[in-house]
Amino acid sequence: MTIDLKTVKHISKLARISTDEKKANKLANDLNSIFKFIEALNEIDTEKVEPLTSVANTKLRLREDKFEANNIRDKILKNSPDENKDYFVVPKVVE
Amino acid sequence: MSDITKLSLNELIQNIRNKKLSSKEITNSFIERSEKSKKLNTYVTDNFSSALEAAKIFDEKPNMDLKLPGIPIAVKDLFCTNGVRTTAGSKILNNFIPPYESTVTQSMWDEGAILLGKLNCDEFAMGSSNETSFFGNVQNPIGENLVPGGSSGGSSAALAANLTPVTIGTDTGGSIRQPASFTGTVGLKPTYGSCSRYGIVAFASSLDQAGPMSQNVKDAALLLEVISKFDNKDSTSIDFKRNKYSSQLSNNIKGLKIGIPNEYRVEGMPKEIEDLWKTGIEIIKDCGAEIVDISLPNTKYALPTYYIVAPAEASSNLARYDGVKYGFRSEGENLIDMYEKTRSKGFGEEVKRRILIGTYVLSSGYYDAYYLKAQKVRQLIKKDFDNVYNNVDAILTPSTPSSAFKIGEKTDDPVSMYLNDIFTVPVNLAGLPGISIPAGIDNKGFPLGLQIIGKPFDEQTILNIAYSMEEKINFKNNITDWWM
Repeated sequence: MTIDLKTVKHISKLARISTDEKKANKLANDLNSIFKFIEALNEIDTEKVEPLTSVANTKLRLREDKFEANNIRDKILKNSPDENKDYFVVPKVVE
Repeated sequence: MSDITKLSLNELIQNIRNKKLSSKEITNSFIERSEKSKKLNTYVTDNFSSALEAAKIFDEKPNMDLKLPGIPIAVKDLFCTNGVRTTAGSKILNNFIPPYESTVTQSMWDEGAILLGKLNCDEFAMGSSNETSFFGNVQNPIGENLVPGGSSGGSSAALAANLTPVTIGTDTGGSIRQPASFTGTVGLKPTYGSCSRYGIVAFASSLDQAGPMSQNVKDAALLLEVISKFDNKDSTSIDFKRNKYSSQLSNNIKGLKIGIPNEYRVEGMPKEIEDLWKTGIEIIKDCGAEIVDISLPNTKYALPTYYIVAPAEASSNLARYDGVKYGFRSEGENLIDMYEKTRSKGFGEEVKRRILIGTYVLSSGYYDAYYLKAQKVRQLIKKDFDNVYNNVDAILTPSTPSSAFKIGEKTDDPVSMYLNDIFTVPVNLAGLPGISIPAGIDNKGFPLGLQIIGKPFDEQTILNIAYSMEEKINFKNNITDWWM
């Protein structure tokens, strides 16, 4: 199968990455060569194989739900792109 | 002492404990040499003045019982360091200052080590040559305009150039072992679940592992001993009994059975790699271990499987970079436009390529054909290893299909770049430990590595095999300081 320009634009939209015509063309080329390589998997029969979900044969643990980080609010807000002492600031969402 | 930076980790520790060197003298030497080595572009962020301060404090009240007493160490810039910028080699994290510390680095500081700085790497650890870093490519100290491997390329180059006595990297598909092989150094990827992933910028969570990189096997054993521990903060951390890897290190491997997988004789493999492998087999026999021919029939499907699983996990992990709470933001007309512009401008080309592959293989209508299929093949690859481990104790393979290549040589062809990891990727898919040790040089004089793959949680055996081989190989890196 081949990945066309329309598909590239569609998955770019899903991944929230804007792309122009020229870049989309190059991406389509790259993705096609990568998928050609990936499609080697089609030659093996995996009908009776269970998918591997974890290499480690362990159960997920439960732990007490408590927080350990203290007084890092300011440090966290300091990393926000639009600096503000109290909130994260984003463009207007609701008109 | 004139050549402090040439000493191994164990030698430095001995000198500190015998009071022949102070932490400050050592730290100063590495800083001075690093300052003269800017051309290699190994550091993204240095921590030199704080490191000197910490060394001074250590010397005033030295605790010699610690495992890394007063030892300065630079780490890959994928480990979050409290209060010190952490970029993952990306523009999108260019100004990110973590308010917390990764468990692995914390373990090092708890044992007396001092943060020297943050080392360059491929963007989000996606690459095999350090060329995808937002902070530019890294020079391999073994020769001008050669890549140092990747993604832990700043780490391998800084280590080989003696800018740090040891370092830690991360390995998702070969990112510790391949750069170690390209720079004539030792690199170990531990069993999945050995070293905590807490505080490591995530790439592919079911594959990522941190591990030591060092000048020799003994140093790797010691550093592994420090960083391998159970951690409640990582839900995939495994609580198993860890060895005292360094004190249990032994060069007695008599009677061990070492498998040679037929399928790793890949088409077009250079003769020098084949010869290196044969030499390795002879050395193993010399050490008194037994060679067994084995088969891992699904090996050729490992790379295609990896290039579905890793991008799928990456596309999901990297969804968090949206310009809202931290990192780079590009303003847009509305929220969605802001997301799209931020991610388009903040991520580099390889990272975007992988996010798109991942998005595609997880998208409705394609999930079964790609992602589920890959998870099934991954099962087969793991079973191959399970089967052979009934008969052998470890496996010997080449680390890489070539030596270090020229900067720019493979950037236009993603698939040829991906082929670099052909011998290392199966190990990550199966969650096994693997170590690369320098084993010889090719006709250009560039280092080549051999890889030893172990059973899960059996780091000690691969360290012992590597230690025995190292003694007989007696590899010396030929580094001329050409960049000074």
